[in-house]
Amino acid sequence: MAEIAGQESPATSAGLWDRFSIRTKRVIWAWGFLALPIVFYVGIRFYPTVQAFWLSFTDWDLLRPATIIGLENYRRLFSDPLFWQVFRNTFTYLIIGTPVSLVLSFIIAFYLDRVRFMHGFIRALYFLPFLTTAAAMAWVWRWFYQPVPIGVINDVLQLFGLPQQPFLRSVDQALPAIMATAIWAGLGFQIIIFMAGLRAIPNTYYEAARIDGLGEWAILRKITLPLLKPTTVFLVVFSSIGFLRIFDQVYNMTTNDPGGPLNSTKPLVLMIFQTAFSSYDMGYAAAQTVVLFTILLVVSLIQLWVLRKRT
Amino acid sequence: MRSRIGLAGLVAGVSFLAMGSAQAVEIEYWQYVFDTRVKAMDQLIEKFEEANPDITVKHVTFPYADYQTRVVAAKVAGQGPDVVQLFYGWLDNFVAGGLIKPLDPAVFPYDKIESEFFPIVSAMKRGDSYYGLPTAVRSLALFYNKQLFQEAGLDPNKPPQTLDELLEAAKATVKRDSGGNMTSAGITIAMEGQDHQWWREVLIRQNGGQPYSDDNKQVTYNDEAGLAALKFITDLQTVHKVGQAGFMDEGQAAFRAGLAAMTIDGTFRLGAFESNPFEWGVTELPANADGLRSNYASYFANAIGATAEGEELEAAQKFLAYISSPEAMQIWLDVVGELPARKEAALTEKNLADPIHGPFLKGLEYAHTTIFVDEMAQRQVAIDMANRVLLQGQDPKDSLAQAAQEEQAILDRFYNK
Repeated sequence: MAEIAGQESPATSAGLWDRFSIRTKRVIWAWGFLALPIVFYVGIRFYPTVQAFWLSFTDWDLLRPATIIGLENYRRLFSDPLFWQVFRNTFTYLIIGTPVSLVLSFIIAFYLDRVRFMHGFIRALYFLPFLTTAAAMAWVWRWFYQPVPIGVINDVLQLFGLPQQPFLRSVDQALPAIMATAIWAGLGFQIIIFMAGLRAIPNTYYEAARIDGLGEWAILRKITLPLLKPTTVFLVVFSSIGFLRIFDQVYNMTTNDPGGPLNSTKPLVLMIFQTAFSSYDMGYAAAQTVVLFTILLVVSLIQLWVLRKRT
Repeated sequence: MRSRIGLAGLVAGVSFLAMGSAQAVEIEYWQYVFDTRVKAMDQLIEKFEEANPDITVKHVTFPYADYQTRVVAAKVAGQGPDVVQLFYGWLDNFVAGGLIKPLDPAVFPYDKIESEFFPIVSAMKRGDSYYGLPTAVRSLALFYNKQLFQEAGLDPNKPPQTLDELLEAAKATVKRDSGGNMTSAGITIAMEGQDHQWWREVLIRQNGGQPYSDDNKQVTYNDEAGLAALKFITDLQTVHKVGQAGFMDEGQAAFRAGLAAMTIDGTFRLGAFESNPFEWGVTELPANADGLRSNYASYFANAIGATAEGEELEAAQKFLAYISSPEAMQIWLDVVGELPARKEAALTEKNLADPIHGPFLKGLEYAHTTIFVDEMAQRQVAIDMANRVLLQGQDPKDSLAQAAQEEQAILDRFYNK
């Protein structure tokens, strides 16, 4: 029975198919191919996202069935001093991390672009940290920051007769110490992108400028930076999202007291992780996720708007 | 034609399966991955299957970080384990989530449980029911580096027995360089390690206090006793300068590297310390001036999964009885190094005379077990409390009050749910 039906169906569909115009067929084909990623995204991305919004209004704890509690999770979140500290930390990572890493990587890319001697090797050296597992790298840096006798940085400070610094064991120094690691880790990628952008600027512009007698500084300001803008926009958005979602470095450098000391390094993602997977407070964690989602969305939109093409 | 052969195959398969189930019951045992624990359990399963040829036990393990989530997810999917290992502190959540069922008093007489196990087994009791039995328990002790004791002119065979002696030994063994930086600690300070347990169940009690009310719903350490206990730990760094939180990254790392003369840690550290390249010893946690001692004990228990029914339930009960037997406990002690949970199996002359296991076993007799509702969060409260004093110079009294308030909020949220 099934076989007969199977033979019949291509015939009918072929009849129907022939009636379509080429244009319609093309559209059907296109949607046919597009359907796969769309179904994938709906199932793997959009559905859980919508689910997270719903969960954020419940008190689900994995074990008991969820009950709707309205805006209670958000009320709790906004009245939680920890949330505001985590919020400040997250924005410190963003507001200091993004510009510092972009300026550094631009300077390095700008000069590296002119270096011919061992160019590939130096570029590879800068790119290497980007290839390294974040966890492994974080642990190496964690040991760098230790007090004497094992911390390399403090050993060097000692050598010059300087007082040793607490680094990760200080509420003021821990966040910059971790940020330095994160910046260093992302530097290689940004340098490569910047160099690609620099290479894409036609040489004729520079030649023309030099013939007109423009100085290096003027060339940088009037030609290089404006023409590099698409690259810069991409990197600003990309690196901002990276800093807003920072987790690996913080978690691995502070595993004994995650996000510590005294929550001074805790980013939003780590707070979500702990709420969800050590306190099993899924509803509350979902509310935090929704807030993070909103922040990411707003920050990205603002950046795209500020750095939009003025035509 | 083809479908007929397929059908025949299917019938054969089904009947084979049916035959199989008539002959043998398969039950699942779940625990988290920890090399020696997995090895010990494999040995126990082998012995159990030998004695019960009609039962096979499937040993399933998960990484510790995923473990609880897996158990919960399996319950949601209706495919839970028949016998499951759980930390005693997870019991409330496991019971509330309907993941495990109470032990049948007909199979596990409760009066026998109470008379044969160490009293800390009461942490597995809710209402009138016991929900699980431990194979092994862990307690704390003071580890000390005999070599550093000798170098400091102390007798390596006379470790400190009181808190005052502990302080003297720490002062004698701490080393500093010309810049005043610590190069070797007298005693490790690590609230994130076991010091928070030492503070909660040992030092507070030794100062005449009690960490929580008897029903566990109220924080009761915000008093003189709690303050004295906190100050004992923070003074080690701020006043006596014999230790430094974060020195060598972790307390146990400092001790392993031979850069700390003393550290407070648990039985579970024995495996890691075994290969220490120096002679070390273990002694009971120091007593207070009146000779009062206390200890903190914890354990992983085994419980029967909520989905076990019929002959699987029967097999699961048999298996649980076996892995809580004195024989199993001895194997667990030999392989894992954790202490037997039954008095009879633990307090043998041989075990008590053991220089390593002896002090831990003595600690069990007067040990307390904290009923945590969210272990990580409650530990964090203690870590932050010490850090406010050590890093921000806050008055210990204020820091203690803040900690009590934060922890009370955690308890309230749990018990008011």
